[in-house]
Amino acid sequence: MTSSTYASLLGLGAAVVLLCAVMTLWRRSVGAIVKVLAVQGVALAGVALSIGIDHHDATLAVVAVLVLAAKGVVVPTLITRVVRHDPASRETQPLVNVPASLVAAGALIFLAFAASRSVTALAPTATGRLIPYGVAAMLVGFFALATRRKAVSQIVGILLVDNGIALVAFLATAGVPLIVELGASLDVLLAVVVLQVLATQMRLRLGSLDLDQLSELRD
Amino acid sequence: MLITLLAVPLSCALLSGLAPWRRATGWLGVASSLGVLIGGVVLATGVVGRHAASGFHGVLRADALSAFMVIVIGVIALLATLQGIRYLDAEIAQGRSTRRHAALYATLVQGFLATMLLAVLAANLGVMWVAVEATTIVTTFLVGHRNTRTSLEASWKYIVICSVGIALAFLGTVLVYLAALHVPGHGAHALDWTSLVAQMHHLNPGVMRLAFALIVLGYGTKVGLAPMHSWLPDAHSQAPAPVSALMSGVLLTVAFYAILRFKVIADGALGAAFPRTLLVVVSLLSLVIAASLLLSQRDYKRMLAYHSVEHMGLIALGAAAGSTLAIAAVLLHILGHGIAKGVLFLTSGEILLVEGTSEIEHVPALLSRRPVLGGIFAFGLVALLGFPPFSLFVSELNMLRAEFQVGLGWAAVLSLVCMAVIFGAVMTHGRHMLLGPRGTAAPVMTPALVAVPLIGGLVGCAFIGVSAWPLQTLLHAAAHVVAR
Repeated sequence: MTSSTYASLLGLGAAVVLLCAVMTLWRRSVGAIVKVLAVQGVALAGVALSIGIDHHDATLAVVAVLVLAAKGVVVPTLITRVVRHDPASRETQPLVNVPASLVAAGALIFLAFAASRSVTALAPTATGRLIPYGVAAMLVGFFALATRRKAVSQIVGILLVDNGIALVAFLATAGVPLIVELGASLDVLLAVVVLQVLATQMRLRLGSLDLDQLSELRD
Repeated sequence: MLITLLAVPLSCALLSGLAPWRRATGWLGVASSLGVLIGGVVLATGVVGRHAASGFHGVLRADALSAFMVIVIGVIALLATLQGIRYLDAEIAQGRSTRRHAALYATLVQGFLATMLLAVLAANLGVMWVAVEATTIVTTFLVGHRNTRTSLEASWKYIVICSVGIALAFLGTVLVYLAALHVPGHGAHALDWTSLVAQMHHLNPGVMRLAFALIVLGYGTKVGLAPMHSWLPDAHSQAPAPVSALMSGVLLTVAFYAILRFKVIADGALGAAFPRTLLVVVSLLSLVIAASLLLSQRDYKRMLAYHSVEHMGLIALGAAAGSTLAIAAVLLHILGHGIAKGVLFLTSGEILLVEGTSEIEHVPALLSRRPVLGGIFAFGLVALLGFPPFSLFVSELNMLRAEFQVGLGWAAVLSLVCMAVIFGAVMTHGRHMLLGPRGTAAPVMTPALVAVPLIGGLVGCAFIGVSAWPLQTLLHAAAHVVAR
């Protein structure tokens, strides 16, 4: 792979990850959001694979396949299962309306570029320059978490944060050591399973996945 | 040795899950906790003054600090598993839980112990992160074990907030790894704590500053430090009492152990000033929040939970001081707070069981109505508020001394003000719960299975408060791991 193809592939992957994060704020239908999340997982796997090929790193290629399976297939399937029985949560009801959310996302992207200056300075390579994209995707995830009150939207928020950080890890250090990568992926998968189980219990007990109905614990 | 230590709770987790819960399953759990405690003592005698132990192809590593944390885990696990028998007996007797569901509880508690042990025994800071994240996953089901609407709310809030917090800690870990990769001559083990410490003076300061801030914020979420503490009162008040004891008594400090490990590296890379400022800020914020929210508490389990936020704030302030004296006091406080808070949560579980409510208003005059239970609760509060002879008195005093020595006197004074407010609030709540006329009913005794371990815990807490033996050398060695 020539270096310019490599750089543009990476740039494309990172941009898709960020774009997908912003799209989750824009789309209202949960079905569409889950598809966007799956695309983001595929893009993330693509970034890992490109770096793996460029570095001649077989481990990273294996990791890319794992990421593809976990974030591109398994996690979206799990989330789809949560909403299947709950028609009310097929639409998100953000506390902040869509145009305002998109403006906020723009501000967060600026913030991400400003905050990652010290990191990009240490890694001024084709990969290092893209780190702010991952940070931005993470911040958008935080925003989604803070402004959505549906259980499914919060799971999506957590996954956006996680994917953003994974992108930073691939770009900054060509992935963390394999044992850490495996453990971290397993943790994320298990966390999604736990969230799915909790959401199912919530639906059985409350009849909906609206977190506003869960507000008994307060001071 | 190290792998055996992990295998004990893991095999007990498997065994407990095989069959529906019986009392024997409960005693198996107690045996496992005892095994962990003994393992911790053996480990401590093995590593103090000698080289760190290492195991499982270098994935596991234990120095004096790890050994000390293993002992803390073992002590509180012993108390919690003993009380767990009582909890599950009652749940099954009252028809709130089936024997299958109880077996799941036993399995998860052992899994919880295993993940905490892995966190303190990991050589690699990435593996440590994986273990701390795994504690969240295991404990979520334990928080929600009572399967009520409120416990569901608490476990949802718990896993969402803690997953996000711990994700920040992962980003911090990745940045530390990035800084380590840019030091020439790094090995394949760039995330191993020992190799990071060996090259800490060469790590890029700009990246390390960002990384340490993320670490404090991220692991601070699991510690229950402000501003990410909001899950703690909910989870700790909704979880079954033995789980609250484990979470409040050890899980918080296992997460703080992670911050201590990173603090050593950050001190080396950045100098003491930046980590200190950061820790002082989160510590004072936690103290102020704990003090203001404790005043208006109506629920005694939530009161205890906010008290944990206060103590984590005190520990963070001690760590900010960072001298050997301060770290030794921090570690003693970790053990003392763990025992006292564990005993209090277990006692509150018993109170909830026999009184049927967790509202302070509705459980008056415990001392005369239930003398043993009330007495344990009273002494537990006395220990937690830092009175002699309990060890929290010694550790708080030494932390304050250390803070004055390094020029953090102003922060120490502020922490004293918060402690005074909390003292007043807890005394008011405690007086209402403990004192008052009995009425006509005869005093009710508490079963020995419940009372003896709790009294034993308090006696132990007092013993380490007055006697330098047996912890002195271990504390000193462990403090030297952090304060160089």
